[in-house]
Amino acid sequence: MEIILSIAIGVMTSCGVWLILRPRTYQVIIGLSLLSYAVNLFIFGVGGVKTNVPPILSGNGADGVLADPVPQALVLTAIVIGFATTALFLVVLLASRGLTGTDHVDGRGEKR
Amino acid sequence: MNGWSHHLIIAPILIPLAAAAILLFIDERRRVAKAMVSLVSTLLLLAVAFILFRIESGPNGYEGVYLLGNWAAPFGIVLVLDGLSALMLLLTALVAVAALVYSLARWHAMGSHFHSMFQLLLMGVNGAFLTGDLFNLFVFFEVMLAASYGLLLHGSGQLRVKAGLHYIAVNLAAALLFLIGVSLIYGTAGTLNMADLAARIPEMEADRRMLMEAGAGVLGIAFLIKAGMWPLCFWLPTAYSAAAAPVAGIFAILSKLGIYVILRLTTLLFDSGPSAGFGSTVLLYGGMATLIFGTIGVLASQALGRLAGFSVLVSSGTLLMVIGINDGAVSSGALLYLVSSTLTISAFFMLIELVERSQDAGANVLAVTMEAYGDADEDEPEEGDGVTMPGTMAILGTCFAMCGLLLSGLPPLSGFIAKFAMLSAMMGTGAIGVPPTIAVWLLIVLVILSGVAALISMTRVGIRTFWTSLEGTVPRVLVIEIVPVMFLLGLTLLLTVQANSAMQYMDTTIRTLSNPNLYIDAVRNATVVPGVDSGTGEGN
Repeated sequence: MEIILSIAIGVMTSCGVWLILRPRTYQVIIGLSLLSYAVNLFIFGVGGVKTNVPPILSGNGADGVLADPVPQALVLTAIVIGFATTALFLVVLLASRGLTGTDHVDGRGEKR
Repeated sequence: MNGWSHHLIIAPILIPLAAAAILLFIDERRRVAKAMVSLVSTLLLLAVAFILFRIESGPNGYEGVYLLGNWAAPFGIVLVLDGLSALMLLLTALVAVAALVYSLARWHAMGSHFHSMFQLLLMGVNGAFLTGDLFNLFVFFEVMLAASYGLLLHGSGQLRVKAGLHYIAVNLAAALLFLIGVSLIYGTAGTLNMADLAARIPEMEADRRMLMEAGAGVLGIAFLIKAGMWPLCFWLPTAYSAAAAPVAGIFAILSKLGIYVILRLTTLLFDSGPSAGFGSTVLLYGGMATLIFGTIGVLASQALGRLAGFSVLVSSGTLLMVIGINDGAVSSGALLYLVSSTLTISAFFMLIELVERSQDAGANVLAVTMEAYGDADEDEPEEGDGVTMPGTMAILGTCFAMCGLLLSGLPPLSGFIAKFAMLSAMMGTGAIGVPPTIAVWLLIVLVILSGVAALISMTRVGIRTFWTSLEGTVPRVLVIEIVPVMFLLGLTLLLTVQANSAMQYMDTTIRTLSNPNLYIDAVRNATVVPGVDSGTGEGN
């Protein structure tokens, strides 16, 4: 389970890093999205990977096994904020495309 | 601090939030109403910041711990007010009032929701200064960043959209690094409360400590991007010089926010124990590199906006180096420098637009480099109505000369006093009395050289702007545009006159900062208010 999670985070991060270094704005935004997925999984992972355990100590979960609820709360916040900022970035991307006539991140390149 | 005044701590967050919400419901065409709401909120903020500052400069130290939701410290989120955060709140409020009044001349009508975003920016900045919780810091950082994206694009135009695209991409990546750092720290230390974290770090086992330090390093990169440390700073001059004048004025505080967080976390988390001094080497040499880069940039800038942008880097570099040295006497000089340089740069950004109004766009920029700045003028607003300032050129020239003196650190203004306090402490004539090492000598030389570079650059630009502008017409400058600039420069004058009490305040602040146990105990001992149900009482 941990191995699969780590590999998934690693693959998404490497794809994301490669993509945000590309010259087209669309690639950058996909790269940022992939990176934020990887980071969200990472936050989720720092609480320890457990299945089928309660998030808080309850009467029948008193054997000491519990899933840490804090990373789950953190990841929810991170998802919401990441989603909002990505949407905002998309708008700026479209504005840039409209003003410069190209989707190069520097506004250069041939007009299409 | 007790009774109602205790709730004042959360007011710097609530006031702009409420104002931003109200502003959303006012129609965009009712500009006067919007401006009034925004102005009242900002002035209220200034009053609150001033009261908090007065309370903090009194004899009582750490009593400003506010438990949000009435939950005890490590479980709930705390707001902590100390000398440093009170100082930053006051500085933010002062710069905000100036930038807002400036924007009322014409910039606020250049696009929609200027005032809402301005208030949300203030909320994010104030929240980041006050919070005592790492993840809450992330949330306030994002509030501040989201508002700053909108403000940077305010006024639109190709140049701003291009700079905004880079700014947003860089900051989104920085936010992800922030999250990685925070989650690594949570995974190893098991807490996000800064005071609780500081208490746990000395007792941490070696294998966990390594991961925690890695997390702190990643977290640090996120703040260094905001502060503009070389090589994370290439976005900064472009973004700041592309922003509308009042926006650039308030942005001057954002890079200081990065500095503030680094100062707070290094003094709190890495004061003693096996992790003591973590990251200080990076800050010292990174600060030097930033200062060198900023100095070269200041010398090379042809456009005034970029000159101001590189001045931000010079100021950041100086402050980062000083945090890297981690010496009490130098740091208190640096705090004075922080206040002085923020006021100066903010005033300078707003002054630039007034000065450049008399000239053709980019007239003093070589045609070769013109392309780098884009085709200007498509986004210039129309002239606003209002009282025109008499004796325009004389006042503009005086303000410009004052900015030059402040940036280069020449007497008699506060830039000189701040640099003098730092340099004399570095040379060992101050409180410490230790002969400086080679690194510190290098640092002294760099600080002085950066001042010389600022002087050369400002003189060159000043001569070109005020003495040799042959066909330049006298710009039409409104009173409410020049008064904020004069207000900020007047504050530096006040800082010069009151230098003694200012230095005493900075000394006390640094002494409190260098004893993290005060902070930790204050947060841990903060007691829950008895008998307060949720739903009653302000902010509970």
